[in-house]
Amino acid sequence: MINIESYGKKATRNGFGDGLHEIGKSNPDIVALCADLVGSLKMQSFINDFPERFYQVGVAEANMMGIAAGLATSGKIPYTGTFANFSTGRVYDQIRQSIAYSHKNVKICASHAGISLGEDGATHQIMEDIGLMKMLPGMVVINPCDYLQTKRATMAIAEYYGPVYLRFGRPGWPMFTTEDHEFKIGKALQLSEGTDVSIFATGHLVWPAIEAGKKLAQMGISVELINIHTIKPLDEDAILDSVSKTSCVVVAEEHQLLGGLGGSIAQLLAEKLPSPIEFVAARDTFGESGTTNELMKKYRLTDDNVIEAVKKILKRK
Amino acid sequence: MADIKLLKDTATQVRRDIIRMVHQATCGHPGASLGCADFFTALYFEVMEHDKSFNMKGKNEDVFFLSNGHISPVWYSVLARSGYFPIEELATFRKLNSRLQGHPATHEKLPGIRIASGSLGQGVSVAIGAALAKRLDNDNKLVYCLTGDGELQEGQIWEALMFAAHHKVDNLIVTVDWNGRQIDGDNDDVMSLGDLPGKWSTFGWEVLHMDGNSMEEVLKVLSLAKTKTGQGKPIVILMKTEMGFGVDYMMGTHAWHGKAPNDEQTAVALTQLQETLGDYPVNN
Repeated sequence: MINIESYGKKATRNGFGDGLHEIGKSNPDIVALCADLVGSLKMQSFINDFPERFYQVGVAEANMMGIAAGLATSGKIPYTGTFANFSTGRVYDQIRQSIAYSHKNVKICASHAGISLGEDGATHQIMEDIGLMKMLPGMVVINPCDYLQTKRATMAIAEYYGPVYLRFGRPGWPMFTTEDHEFKIGKALQLSEGTDVSIFATGHLVWPAIEAGKKLAQMGISVELINIHTIKPLDEDAILDSVSKTSCVVVAEEHQLLGGLGGSIAQLLAEKLPSPIEFVAARDTFGESGTTNELMKKYRLTDDNVIEAVKKILKRK
Repeated sequence: MADIKLLKDTATQVRRDIIRMVHQATCGHPGASLGCADFFTALYFEVMEHDKSFNMKGKNEDVFFLSNGHISPVWYSVLARSGYFPIEELATFRKLNSRLQGHPATHEKLPGIRIASGSLGQGVSVAIGAALAKRLDNDNKLVYCLTGDGELQEGQIWEALMFAAHHKVDNLIVTVDWNGRQIDGDNDDVMSLGDLPGKWSTFGWEVLHMDGNSMEEVLKVLSLAKTKTGQGKPIVILMKTEMGFGVDYMMGTHAWHGKAPNDEQTAVALTQLQETLGDYPVNN
């Protein structure tokens, strides 16, 4: 049974802004940089309280990554803020050389990830960022699912030494995690126990997966729902434990099928526990303008799509 | 008072190291490494206050970032000869399991290196970050950075220039190795840099000039640059050098940007560069 209710809506990017502000109070080494998107990244409260520890870099993301690397070299913990597209693809080589290869303690914080940002269209709707980042040796990749988890992740990454990619989104999204839901980098969060199917979901797709799980329960299907907020390093034990019980898998994510969480899980299972698997993800396509709900529906990223995938996988089991 | 003769002798030995390293590796970038030998020698043996026991954070010492990482041979030689790591290790340049990677890296934990470079255009940004950190820490030491000239064709450089002026990063001294050449030919043929002093100046930087192959002038201008710090403007030294300086057949051409001399050419080069401080040993 999934016994989780939403207690309102707030964007995950607000969780980032609040988490940054909070961690800034207790850790004087935290510095923040932004490429002309302070409002979008919700960084204003940090700036108000710690103006000397904030750097506006203007529309110059490559420079921002380099400066962050330099600050990290000297022992600071820089958080960079811009959209996911400009946090990854636009600055891939800067991240690769100056941050990942050089193992700098930079936190790359990326808002407006995925298709759910809506009307701005495909230029801004990156669904390749997880793949880009997880391929970099040593890069930690985290995609929290709601406001509170994003806030806690934002604070937790300060305690971890090394490069991190933290991905979150634009729209208001159901809040459902509570202080009882532990957040630990690399540790999967089990949201329900079940026996028929394992659903692994990340980011915005966790809430639709919860709704799907509830509907499936009414149909007599027992769902084990696990939130994989940390895509790298992957909590292999949690995944293998669950699949050894259920013997089939659905992965749900707001990302391309190629290079996402689904690929990581499929690789793990192919190697250690071959099992049937279905994916709820974007299928080699760019997005387009539209409202969040319209886009999630058109690109098949809803609770109904999760249910469909579960039904399909149960037949293949 | 600087011992000019010793500094010149050191630079000559560094040039020998460069030739021997690149020859032994059968690849590498001797041209601009030779051109910058005087600058590196002056920086590490006279100008910078630095700690050879090496601490990554570089607190309360001057720190240096190399943006044009392909000239690693000159940096490795100077670091080794300043005591950062054993001189014998120069013989491992570009070899498997070496800390002396083709381009500088922190991955193998070579003392003296604070960030990887090689993909061009990134070093000034990194140096700015280090300079900002010094400011936050009330650390009044300086950050130095060297870039190539061909590298200025990268857009990120100009993002960094704008930032440094806007944020008044005045504890930073960038030097441009203005040898006028790059892999495919002269800058003017490949992609003209135009009015370089005017460009830096218009971007809000204090612009100085120097002959990078005159030890006396390098010392004088680096010292002058120090006096210009703390005045609200970042500083750049446009350093004229001759690619291949010290080896006659490597000068006046871009051909030796990234090519190793063969046995015969190496022998000729070494006759032109006196062994002043002792060659590093080679175990065959």
